[in-house]
Amino acid sequence: MLREEELKTFVDGTTRYFEVAAQQPATIGSPYLLEGEPAMHDYTGMINISGKREGVVYFTAPRAMLTVLLMKMQESDFSHESMRDLVGEVANTISGNARRDFGHDFVISVPSVFAGEKPQIPQPPGTRAFVIPIHWRSHSAKLVVSLT
Amino acid sequence: MSTDNARERRPVRLLIVDDSNIVRRRIERSQQFDDLQVVGTAANGIEALELARRTDPDLVTMDLTMPQMDGIECITQLVKFKPTVRILVISALADKATAVEAMECGANGFLNKPFSDRQLNEAIAELMA
Repeated sequence: MLREEELKTFVDGTTRYFEVAAQQPATIGSPYLLEGEPAMHDYTGMINISGKREGVVYFTAPRAMLTVLLMKMQESDFSHESMRDLVGEVANTISGNARRDFGHDFVISVPSVFAGEKPQIPQPPGTRAFVIPIHWRSHSAKLVVSLT
Repeated sequence: MSTDNARERRPVRLLIVDDSNIVRRRIERSQQFDDLQVVGTAANGIEALELARRTDPDLVTMDLTMPQMDGIECITQLVKFKPTVRILVISALADKATAVEAMECGANGFLNKPFSDRQLNEAIAELMA
């Protein structure tokens, strides 16, 4: 089961993503244990984890935040497809970076992306999900980590 | 102009491989080399191999986690028919074993995502040298 100290890997990965990709740090709130249905924003990028750990990591964000993030990345395409692409890439990057601590057997899938629909989030037995709140400029998003 | 001079002036031909449109555009936009010409972009390993046969790249930026054919398999096949190509892996996978595996398959450099423009250009410059 995911230990609270292991969350630091994902907090650090999220911090690094905004610092480097958006050139503007995000403020990370205190992680909390998810109870019940997760609250989703407009776009969600989800990575399935397999190997020595199982579960999912997903990044969910409102369209307004993604639009500003794309602007900061010098993008000029703010289409639905770009939003989908971006949430998938954020989830992929943070999950992939976690292999620095979790090792080569922390196997990540290509992203699944959901927009305007309630995603089916798999939750293998023995997992617990932590929510990492992300505040960036005037926007809020979440990274959810649910691992055995 | 002699043939030798013409060869010397040929730009470095770059193929960009990543399943994210945003990342492909970012690499294309951020590279700052006058003598670098983007000859194609591909979203997975299969597309990359087809494009590499058609466009004869000198340098390839290669993602690893991609649908249909991943970057490791693509590198393995690419170096078989184009052994002189220089390959810069640009991946979120941040463990050392992955970098070693990519290098053993034929990659020449490794850059972790997320990356800054400076990091990208330094990594490309090293492979163009």
